[in-house]
Amino acid sequence: MVQPTTDQKTNKAGLSRMDYKGTPSTLCLGCGHNAVAAQIVSACYEMDLIPEKVMKFSGIGCSSKSPTYFLNRSFSFNGVHGRMPSLALGASFADVTVKSIGISGDGDTASIGFGQFKHLVRRNLSMMYLVENNGIYALTKGQFSATSEQHLALRRQGINPFTPIDICMEALVSNATFVARSFAGDPKQLKELIKAAFKHKGIAVLDVISPCVTFHNQESSIHSYVGGKEHEVALQEISFVPAREEITVEDFEEGDTREIVMFDGSAIVLKKLDKDYDPTDRWQAMHKLEEAQKKGWLLTGLLFVDEHSPDLFDVYQMPATPLNRTPNEELRPSRDSIDEINKMMF
Amino acid sequence: MSTQKAQKIVNDFVITFSTINGSGSATANNTLLRALFKMGIPVSGKNIFPSNIQGLPTWYSIRVSKQGYTARLAMDDIVVAMNPVTVARELKYILPNGVLFYADHIQLPEGRSDVTKYPMPVQAIVKEAAVPSELRDYISNMVYVGVLSHILGISLEDIRGSLEFHFKGKQKPIQSNFSIVEKAAKWAEQNLTKRDPYTVSPLHKTADCIMSDGNVAGALGSLYGGLQFTAWYPITPASSLSESIIEWAPVLRKDPKTGKSNVVVVQSEDELAAIGMAIGAGWAGLRSMTSTSGPGLSLMTEYLGLAYYSEVPVVIWDVQRVGPSTGLPTRTAQGDITSTYFMSHGDTQFVMLFPGSVNECFQFGWQALDIAERLQTPVMVMIDLDLGMNQWMTKKFEYPTTPMDRGKILWEEGLQKMLDKRDGDWGRYLDIDGDGIAYRTVPGNQHPQSAYFNRGTGHNEYAKYSEEPEVWERVMNRIAKKFETVKKYLPKSSISHMQDARNGIIAYGSTDPAVEEARDRLKKQGILTDYLRIRSVPFGKEVEKFISDHKKCFVVEMNRDGQMKQLLCANYPDHANHLVKTCHLDGLPLTAQWIYDQVSFEGK
Repeated sequence: MVQPTTDQKTNKAGLSRMDYKGTPSTLCLGCGHNAVAAQIVSACYEMDLIPEKVMKFSGIGCSSKSPTYFLNRSFSFNGVHGRMPSLALGASFADVTVKSIGISGDGDTASIGFGQFKHLVRRNLSMMYLVENNGIYALTKGQFSATSEQHLALRRQGINPFTPIDICMEALVSNATFVARSFAGDPKQLKELIKAAFKHKGIAVLDVISPCVTFHNQESSIHSYVGGKEHEVALQEISFVPAREEITVEDFEEGDTREIVMFDGSAIVLKKLDKDYDPTDRWQAMHKLEEAQKKGWLLTGLLFVDEHSPDLFDVYQMPATPLNRTPNEELRPSRDSIDEINKMMF
Repeated sequence: MSTQKAQKIVNDFVITFSTINGSGSATANNTLLRALFKMGIPVSGKNIFPSNIQGLPTWYSIRVSKQGYTARLAMDDIVVAMNPVTVARELKYILPNGVLFYADHIQLPEGRSDVTKYPMPVQAIVKEAAVPSELRDYISNMVYVGVLSHILGISLEDIRGSLEFHFKGKQKPIQSNFSIVEKAAKWAEQNLTKRDPYTVSPLHKTADCIMSDGNVAGALGSLYGGLQFTAWYPITPASSLSESIIEWAPVLRKDPKTGKSNVVVVQSEDELAAIGMAIGAGWAGLRSMTSTSGPGLSLMTEYLGLAYYSEVPVVIWDVQRVGPSTGLPTRTAQGDITSTYFMSHGDTQFVMLFPGSVNECFQFGWQALDIAERLQTPVMVMIDLDLGMNQWMTKKFEYPTTPMDRGKILWEEGLQKMLDKRDGDWGRYLDIDGDGIAYRTVPGNQHPQSAYFNRGTGHNEYAKYSEEPEVWERVMNRIAKKFETVKKYLPKSSISHMQDARNGIIAYGSTDPAVEEARDRLKKQGILTDYLRIRSVPFGKEVEKFISDHKKCFVVEMNRDGQMKQLLCANYPDHANHLVKTCHLDGLPLTAQWIYDQVSFEGK
């Protein structure tokens, strides 16, 4: 295992960038998912995370392979197709001090796992749920997914007759407390959104348009690098400011910025490009997504955030100490209780 | 009167109550059952109910047996008819010279002059009582409680005692119900002359026993086993198991620091999620379980294959009902035996436990959690609707006899010691002790070398992805070795002999009381049998020995295809010709008579 060495640059946790790396990617060269993994590594390094305080989850598909490519020192569970949410939810109760990262894809989330995705959102587990959305089934070599654009032509499939599912819209209508979209070709924004999503208290849905260079990189599509860049409309310029750091707004014009303070005291500073957009207004977020869909934009940025709703562990009033370290004597009722129980069995 | 006295039948009969679903008859039936139990008379109660909330016919049978037999009987001695729609059918099920109590607004069909018939003025008595009209239906069943108590000789004090228990001491409902009982008993005293032979008399045969159902017992056993997490999705007949955890966790498992229960219960969106959550929790070091029935188990199979291959401890209770498909959701069966044994694609194995009584449901409740963590694999606890939902007289629950076994789990210190001892060589799937069971770490462990990648894809001893042919085979063979190791942790078969018996009976689960009763009856006819009750799979050595030692082994079970017999044939092909398929499934619990008929026909 990798140990920090003195000649390497380290963060406040005393760890080097190497401590956040995974094994080398086995995905295609240029795959958007590799860019996402790289930004997760950077974000975790910059946030001074302890890798042992993170768990990784995924389902099945190219996206779901990617937890291998970051945070080797974190526990990880690669579940069955579309059913990573239930796995993560069950595991999360074991130790509330360990935070989860879930990586899914458009097939995993918007098709087979649609129900589990929405129920995870509804339960508001504190977890970063990142969808690497390439609008295609890639590991099975190029079939339409539920997020493929209507009229998309694929060599062996013909033309897609159906309208796509918008993962952010689905998250919003299920009362997600953090909804953002980013683009693998926009690493700066992606990294800041990853930090914000990780720090969010509650479910953070981050839909990342992540081009598949092998099966779906048609320039006309927003799921491609060229098409994505051409059609990207960013709502804000985003900076994540860790807790206890002075927030300096000198880079931003007065009146154009908005600061969203997170549960742990850190903040998302948004330089608003769309001056009227309020990311705490769910209705406006849905309206904006509707507009983007009509105009063919790849709308990116923080669509919606609510830092005040109780998360799953609030609902369960979970103690701060890890449940999986409960000593055996606290798990088995006392010997004399059995007589009382027997008296009640009648 | 003197001739009738000579024929007196004391503490040995079946009463069936025919009522309408949703009319509150469960309270009345349980009241009688508890009162009889309190009198020290062995009893059992079986509910035959429709998949319906209100309006369809439902039957409840109480067997009173001085010998202590608790199996179902096919025919009734006494019927209490409250449902006009089904009375003609009920008359057919009354034994010759039996008894019918009927609500007097019911028009009786012609015939059955052999049956003693007692009318009950249900509507008049209820009308007379000052009961709010919306409660009338619920309370009207108390009329038969009162009439029956008088005719059979059940003391009203015992009836009151069981109402006290049922309503947890709340005086208002106790009083309103009891007042009807008293009125009805008084009416019977003044208006009916006893013309039948059936009567009850106090015994002292229930002192070491309790009354419970298997789902409650399973829930309690799991709580004594240190259960920490359960996810479930409602399904008949398993729901009351999870609901009992919800009810009892705050009582038994209150954390002294927080004052809250330290058991997490999640009602999931479906069984696909229930098993995902349970496996996630089990992987992360919580004692975890779910409970379901056939249709739910079908949905769980893919995830259970992953849990088998990536070696995650989890317990699944399957409260079986009649399948395939939706089948008969409110009727009992032992029909998930082969599908569970072979569950999920690829080569798999599953530990199966078969509690044969409510008491064993409690015992296997805590043991299953120990076995799952010891073996790092899913453990299936197989019961059925009859054992799970019906009230049984059973031995008192015993406090767990062994300390909690958390298996081979390494926290920071343990892992460091392991690394020091082995020059840094530890892998999640490395068989260090040679028993097939590797050492596991769980999330939250802060040791920098503790983490590993849990996956359903091919992996080597260090949990690294691998497609190497020899790695695949080696890991699969090592997992198979665990299932040899596990045998010493599993409950062995219970075996009872009769001297000079040449033939054997093999059974499991809820059919045990019917088998025991059948053996007594067979013995009276000179047919001697030995009996092996399977309590776990993989089978212990004693199973093979029993089969080879007996010329014929009747494998008694509640399914169409003889599923356990199939498994025994597959495991012991050399002895397959000893095994006699003895199966039957119509949704009702097996009777001793049916078993008697099969064995006496074939077994001479």
